Amino acid sequence: MATGRDEGLDVKIGLEVHVQLTALKTKLFCGCSANYRGMPPNTLTCPICLGHPGTLPVLNRKAVEHAMMVALALNSSISRQMIFFRKNYFYVDLPKNFQISQYDKAGGVPLSTGGWVEFAVNGEKKKVRIRRIQLEEDPARLTYPGTITTSSYTLVDFNRAGVALLEIVTEPDMETPEEAYFFLQKLRSIVEHLGVSSENMQGSMRCDANISIKGGARVEIKNISSFRDVRRALQYEIIRQKQLLRRGGAAKQETRHWDEDRQITVSLRVKETESDYRYFPEPDLVPVKISEEWISEVASKMPELPDDRRERFTSDYGIPEYDATVLTSNKKIADFFEECCKLYPNPKKVANWIMSDLLRNINETGIDVAEMSITAEQFIDLLKMIDEELISGKIAKRVLREAIRTGRSPRKVVEDEGLLKISDEKMIAKIVDEVFHEFEGAVADAKRDRKAVNFLVGQVMRKTRGRADPEITNKVILSKLEEK
Amino acid sequence: MHLNSLTCHELVEMIKAQTVTAEEVVEHVFRRISEVEGKINAFISTFNESALDKAREIDEKIRRGESVGLLAGIPVAVKDNICTRGKLTTCGSKMLSNYIPPYNATVIEKIEAAGGIIIGKTNMDEFAMGNSTETSFFGCTRNPWDITRVPGGSSGGSAAALASDETILALGSDTGGSVRCPASFCSVVGLKPTYGLVSRYGLVSYANSLEQIGPMAKDVLDCAMLFTVIAGHDPRDGTSVPRRPCDYTKALNDEIKGVKVGVLKEFFAVGLDERVEKSVLNAVGILEDLGATCDGASISYLEYAVPTYYLIAMSEASSNLARFDGLRYGFTAKCEGDWNEVFSTTRGEGFGGEVKRRVLLGTFALSAGYYDRYYLKALKVRTLIKREFEKALSKFDVLVAPTMPILPFKIGEVIDDPLAMYMMDIDTVPVNLAGVPSISVPCGFVDGLPVGLQVIGGFFDEEMVLKVAYAFQEHTKFNLKKPEI
Ligand SMILES: [Zn+2]
Repeated sequence: MATGRDEGLDVKIGLEVHVQLTALKTKLFCGCSANYRGMPPNTLTCPICLGHPGTLPVLNRKAVEHAMMVALALNSSISRQMIFFRKNYFYVDLPKNFQISQYDKAGGVPLSTGGWVEFAVNGEKKKVRIRRIQLEEDPARLTYPGTITTSSYTLVDFNRAGVALLEIVTEPDMETPEEAYFFLQKLRSIVEHLGVSSENMQGSMRCDANISIKGGARVEIKNISSFRDVRRALQYEIIRQKQLLRRGGAAKQETRHWDEDRQITVSLRVKETESDYRYFPEPDLVPVKISEEWISEVASKMPELPDDRRERFTSDYGIPEYDATVLTSNKKIADFFEECCKLYPNPKKVANWIMSDLLRNINETGIDVAEMSITAEQFIDLLKMIDEELISGKIAKRVLREAIRTGRSPRKVVEDEGLLKISDEKMIAKIVDEVFHEFEGAVADAKRDRKAVNFLVGQVMRKTRGRADPEITNKVILSKLEEK
Repeated sequence: MHLNSLTCHELVEMIKAQTVTAEEVVEHVFRRISEVEGKINAFISTFNESALDKAREIDEKIRRGESVGLLAGIPVAVKDNICTRGKLTTCGSKMLSNYIPPYNATVIEKIEAAGGIIIGKTNMDEFAMGNSTETSFFGCTRNPWDITRVPGGSSGGSAAALASDETILALGSDTGGSVRCPASFCSVVGLKPTYGLVSRYGLVSYANSLEQIGPMAKDVLDCAMLFTVIAGHDPRDGTSVPRRPCDYTKALNDEIKGVKVGVLKEFFAVGLDERVEKSVLNAVGILEDLGATCDGASISYLEYAVPTYYLIAMSEASSNLARFDGLRYGFTAKCEGDWNEVFSTTRGEGFGGEVKRRVLLGTFALSAGYYDRYYLKALKVRTLIKREFEKALSKFDVLVAPTMPILPFKIGEVIDDPLAMYMMDIDTVPVNLAGVPSISVPCGFVDGLPVGLQVIGGFFDEEMVLKVAYAFQEHTKFNLKKPEI
């Protein structure tokens, strides 16, 4: 497969990823619950995260530790001080009309600087550098009934306001939308393995992209809600900017909004205040020292990361590196694989079935891996049904697809649809008799023509919807032909 | 007997001994308020019913022999920028003229836990920006010593309420002199604590890095009692300093023999009213008579203190006050249009002139290209001034200076000259820049108008500051003089 690179176009893609630290019990600066998903709007709020006058922020130290874990996992070097700045701008989603964030100028330092993420794109290794990581508070969630451009009012949900948010900024090291997609996959897997975000990552990771191609200015794309859309938005931008180039123009510096419904980017009215956030040190939060000891303490508590796990998969289970890479690109899948291997002695077969059937079916049905309902026990039960020759491999694939789509267990699918293999010779003989009766001509030919035999076997399979044991069927047909 | 004209330490004894009830004390205070408020205008709101209920509860507890706190049954007036749950907290602004906080400031919880009774909220310069209480949306408070004059500010309501016996204790807040200035102008006692010693949780921020809530009282012992109650570490304030609790009343004795007093030379320079100077130097003489050793002390960079203070305060204020957009609470302008128009109109109508001036100047000072030149430079000068105080306080136990360089001025006399107004803070703002504690204690009268002596101490050395102020008070008794209203 081609790399997908547009040679000579000099495409440069950088990402700004926001990861919510929702595994924390509380928000970044107050005692409200951080896990707001599924909660009615504006029920997880207090005077502090609503920005009431007189309230003060108090730093959640656990949030700093979770942020440090991410920094360590991305090989980023952690600053010796945690300093917060105020980023001042007026917007409906900011209860204080400033965001407590971090800053890398004016005496400020981000949580960490530098670092890299290594990942595979179509079998090739790719390394993307991290510029910086900082900790900040999430603004409230805005809902625009209809679309952002046509809505006549905005709904504000402050449940999200104040949730600890990590901003991870990359260098513009990606050259294709594919690379951006796989970078995000890898980053997500790392965050999942660290356990700093809630199990269901949906919406816990948001992403803005910036892209420039030869001769054009840097264009930012905001409001991209899924990784798949990051790829699509970037693909769209490359085409749009290429067309501009072809017409002799060039992209101008602007912020564009990804319109999910129409699958295009649209230019947003540029805010005049955007360029000057009047950053200054947050006077209500004294700088927190980050000691060497604190960092090592956090480092010692780090769980296994995807790269280590991949190594372990190849050595412990004897599966190829490619398989191990795919399996560890998602924590839930990696966990699933290991659970399966505890129940089943053939890791290679498990890996094959997960990669070629489970994942493909999940992708096709469009459900998230996190929402996958099939358990390791059920999955292994399916493999065992093949081993015990209760169903054929071909039937098994059908069963798995059906199980994933409907949420039923594979065994239930087999039972409900009567898919058990027919191995009873008498039963098969009865069906063979029917077929012989229907296709007398073929029976006559079959004595000298091997092809006609295959035709008869096929007719038995058709009548049994593939459930008849092919070997027994073959044997019965041949012996019946001899009798004639 | 007018119970409202007594002090906290006198009344607590009487209430505990059941010679008077807390209910009677509160009644006397409210009677006084209804008598003189028409002239003084010290309060924005009063809580007659809830205060009387609380008083009866305290009386009941005492009757049952249960233990009651240090401030049992004592009325406390609270500056209207300190949040009181379920009770109007306006900051003297139209912007918050309808704001009812859903929570109590830490100091309010502490006062109530000690048996203190919140009787009402006092008038102040809008968002504490001013030193005359003239910028209040609710009209100016008048000085009980001369009702044609200002009471000082921004905690003018609290000081005037004490001076006119409308309360027993009061809380103020001091960002650049807002406790000490009105204490001086009204002849009461006001303490600006060391930064970090009193929780700011629930104090509506004007300039976070400079301000502290401070106790105000009719004498130094009362001030120490209230301070003992409100001081202490609060996990809800990240700038609060963990320290062991301390009973500050224990430090008070007349014995200041050998205490080293530094007289701040630069604070007696140009701009100081000669009559004030005479009065303060006379006070220094009294300290010497009491056995203290007085010597000249010096603070360099004093000429930069006022601009430095205003740059920092305005910058922080521009950000602190951004939250007032009419969306979640407070005043909202009647206005058609999108959110940008609504919040702009709300802020245009909701803020007064002085607040707008400071927000605009602060916004400017933080802007790209000016940040280094103004805000960052101001922080550097602040560090220099802090070091100057540390240096001086390594040689002396306390430093003394006038609290205000002038006598209380006429209402309307200076309000249109902001620069002249800012320059009056020359003797108080350096203390906030340094973060050290300072008290203003009455030190005499000129033509019937009060003068205040400022006693500044080292970090967390409130005991020494209170002790010197107490010794001075016990030998001068200026605290006993009352205005005729
Ligand atoms: Zn909250």
